[in-house]
Amino acid sequence: MSILVNKDTRLIVQGFTGSQGTLHSEQSIEYGTNIVGGVTPGKGGQIHLQKPVFNSVEEAIKEVEPNASIIFVPAKFCKSSIIEAAQAGIKLIICITEGIPTLDMLDIKKQIDELGVRLIGPNCPGVITPGEAKLGIMPGNIHKPGSIGIISRSGTLTYEAVKQTTDLGFGQSSCVGIGGDPIPGSSFIDMLKLFEEDDQTEAIVMVGEIGGNAEESAAEFIKSNITKPVISYIAGKTAPAGKRMGHAGAIIAGGKGTAEDKIKKLKECGVHIADNLVSIGSKVDEILKS
Amino acid sequence: MNLHEYQGKALFAEYNLPVSKGKIIFKAEDVIEACNEIGGSKWVVKAQVHAGGRGKAGGVELIDDPNEGVKFANKWLGKNLITYQTDKDGQPVNSILIEECTEIVKELYLSAVIDRESQKIVFIGSCEGGVNIEEVAKNAPEKIIYQGVTYGDKSLPEDATNIAKVLKLDEKQTDQFLPIIENLLRLFIEKDLSLLEINPLVINEKGDLHCLDAKINIDSNALYRQPELQDMYDESQEDPQEAEAAKSDLSYVSLDGNIGCMVNGAGLAMGTMDTIKFFGGNPANFLDVGGTATQERVAKAFKIILKDPEVKVVLVNIFGGIVRCDLIAEGIIAAIKEVDINIPVVVRLEGNNAEKGSKILSKANIKIESINNLSHAAKKAVELAK
Repeated sequence: MSILVNKDTRLIVQGFTGSQGTLHSEQSIEYGTNIVGGVTPGKGGQIHLQKPVFNSVEEAIKEVEPNASIIFVPAKFCKSSIIEAAQAGIKLIICITEGIPTLDMLDIKKQIDELGVRLIGPNCPGVITPGEAKLGIMPGNIHKPGSIGIISRSGTLTYEAVKQTTDLGFGQSSCVGIGGDPIPGSSFIDMLKLFEEDDQTEAIVMVGEIGGNAEESAAEFIKSNITKPVISYIAGKTAPAGKRMGHAGAIIAGGKGTAEDKIKKLKECGVHIADNLVSIGSKVDEILKS
Repeated sequence: MNLHEYQGKALFAEYNLPVSKGKIIFKAEDVIEACNEIGGSKWVVKAQVHAGGRGKAGGVELIDDPNEGVKFANKWLGKNLITYQTDKDGQPVNSILIEECTEIVKELYLSAVIDRESQKIVFIGSCEGGVNIEEVAKNAPEKIIYQGVTYGDKSLPEDATNIAKVLKLDEKQTDQFLPIIENLLRLFIEKDLSLLEINPLVINEKGDLHCLDAKINIDSNALYRQPELQDMYDESQEDPQEAEAAKSDLSYVSLDGNIGCMVNGAGLAMGTMDTIKFFGGNPANFLDVGGTATQERVAKAFKIILKDPEVKVVLVNIFGGIVRCDLIAEGIIAAIKEVDINIPVVVRLEGNNAEKGSKILSKANIKIESINNLSHAAKKAVELAK
């Protein structure tokens, strides 16, 4: 098993023929992902990377029956692309694009929740189930099928966690980047629920960072709902208050959202803390072997 | 992006919010004319900087003679104002807002933010204004209300009334308050704000509500559709290196340490800073060089890092994902040659083709320590910075 995506996932790519869409679709196809087509308005009828291109998601649904969509369109068009996919009936949407206005996300979130659609991202590396399907921009070769579920707000930090758990032989059930924006489509809690139910997952690595209180809410949830061990690393202990650290969501505002507060809360709720980014893998090893 | 008070108040006026009659001046010789134009016999002069705490720092004065305003302008224009919210150098004062004087009967607090948890725009109100709201939140949380609102929602009048109660407004003021909330919310949405703060919102001698200050932050991701707000950007209020980095689309924040950091990915950049600290060092900056880490971007990043005279060593930490480490290594070498760096550089490459990348680095005829283990690389950088 795994979560969200597997070898049966039939993926369409919105923004298929653009440079980012093309680069990452090529790599995903090479990894074995079943891309059944793409959407670029005005280019319907063309063939790109040996897959059909459609003018709209609706057209793609009629022709190739996708059950997931990945979005690479520029930030200013993301709102309409996400809503288009959701209204056409796609139930899993992954948005890679960074830089969507926060007020757009408030609208998007409200609408997808009403439609019962799951959105991963935006501003994220995507989702991978090693050996089955790669829906994102992560380097496939560092992953290995295995027992660790990984959830993260950051791209390259996810890769660190992946590499370390691969090197120690654990591998990953699935890895989900929920993204670095203040209003993400899916939360840590949404993903924790899925990993708890997934037989293949033996332990969960949760990589958080400063800003907001998603980690604190997750800690409370873990305490009463998650039976599997959770190992967490929080980035940004040295980040100054009031400064945005790259990600739109990574900012300590009004004294809230510090790494110290998050770590304290996580510890109180029984989460194991890797106190350094290089020790995520060894912490997993220590917990699973104890 | 932040706005100055006078820019925020111009927006307030556009949205029919009660603000004082005022004029912005950039030269001391314009003070007298501005006072005459505003009229009356008492004025407030306010130094315009992107920071709070101006009053206590001497950046706000009450005057009853325009000549005192000239003196104030001569004292501050071209100087830096240091408040508890600025760094030790303060923020440059390039303009002064002159306003008619408002008799204050009571000071209140009102702000709006996007709340991540409820995923709504939330108004924060308190009957204690003109003070640091974080202190009020800590010491008297019962005096603060957090009210989620939705534009166009039928419950908006009720939501506004809830806030009015905590602000202890009388009937007349409560009637004034509803359109204030409506207009602020419309402003927030139409102009893509991320923060709006009026501290203080006051009750004047006529018993009317009046906005005495205006702090506005705009969502940078939405600036593309707010061209008139883009024009309000004041580079002089930004850290010069941060502004320079932003122009090259690099995310940079300067810190107090002496180990320069260049990392791909915001999370990993923070993680790298923390690792340096973990091994006893101090990072000089946060810098996300981005996913591609090309020669051009790496060179630009080196130039920005090296403008900080404190930097004694640079730690480059790249997780090669889609872009292979051997290509990144070649880019780093070319960038180092281009920028002509004469302090040690420690490079940690991980991921795709990492070994090949480090071989290229060690063979290059320049001063690079290539260490693929992050702990070792961070320790080495800490040692070299001593």
